[in-house]
Amino acid sequence: MKEAKKQSGLNAEIQSRIGHQLRAMYDDVVRQGVPDRFAELIRKLDVPEASPQLGNAGDKNDGGE
Amino acid sequence: MPLTNALRDDILASVPSLRAFAISLSGNGDRADDLVQETLLRALANIDSFQPGSNLPAWLFTILRNLFRSDYRKRRREVEDADGSYAKTLKTQPTQNAHLEFEEFRAALEKLPQDQREALILVGASGFSYEDAAAICGCAVGTIKSRVNRARSKLSALLYVDGADDFGPDETVRAVIGGSGG
Repeated sequence: MKEAKKQSGLNAEIQSRIGHQLRAMYDDVVRQGVPDRFAELIRKLDVPEASPQLGNAGDKNDGGE
Repeated sequence: MPLTNALRDDILASVPSLRAFAISLSGNGDRADDLVQETLLRALANIDSFQPGSNLPAWLFTILRNLFRSDYRKRRREVEDADGSYAKTLKTQPTQNAHLEFEEFRAALEKLPQDQREALILVGASGFSYEDAAAICGCAVGTIKSRVNRARSKLSALLYVDGADDFGPDETVRAVIGGSGG
C-alpha cells in the first residue's frame, strides 16, 4: 500500500491548507465588523440600568433570593 | 440575567463572528444577515435565560444554529446560491487566482453534510473547543470530533484529490466539484 502511505504524508499539508482557507474565509467576514443595521438594532433597546428609578412598572421581582 | 450595558456590548461584539458563522452555514450573505438579526432579537427577548458568567458567544451561536436548522436549511436547498453572491459580501476582493481558489473552497464546503460543515466551522474557524461545539450542536464531544474529521477528509477528497500540488482549479478538481454529487 505505497499509495496509502503517500496519501497520509500529503494529508498533513492538505489539512493545514484547509484550515488556513477556512479561517481566511471566516475572518474576512469577521473583519467587516458590525454592520449599521445591527448596531442600530441593539442600541435602540432600552437598558434599565441607565435610569434605575424609572420604568420598573409591573415587572418587579421582590421574591428574595 | 437582565440586559445590562455590559451585556449589550458583549452581544454587539459577537456580531462579526455570528455573521461569519451564518454566512458559512448559509452560503448567502443577505440571508445570513437576516439570520443574525433574528438571532439577536431572539437572544434579547430571552436574555433572562442567559446564565451570567457562562459563554455568551456559545449561547448566541446555539440560537443561530437552531434558527438556521429550523428555517433556513430547507430554503437553502431550494435556492442554490449562484456563484459570486458570497464573494459580493467580501470587502477585500481577492486576486483572480485567489478568488478562483476561494470559490472552489466555498463550493466544496457547501457539499459537506450540514452536521459536518457546522462542526468544522465551529472548531476550525470560530475557535470553539470541542466541548463548546458539542454544547452548541447538542451532541457528544466524540460526535463533534468525528464530524470534524469526516469533514476534513471529505474536503481534501473534493479539493485535493490528486495531491498537494494541485491547489489550482484544474480539470480534475472541477470535475469533482461540478460533477459527481457527493
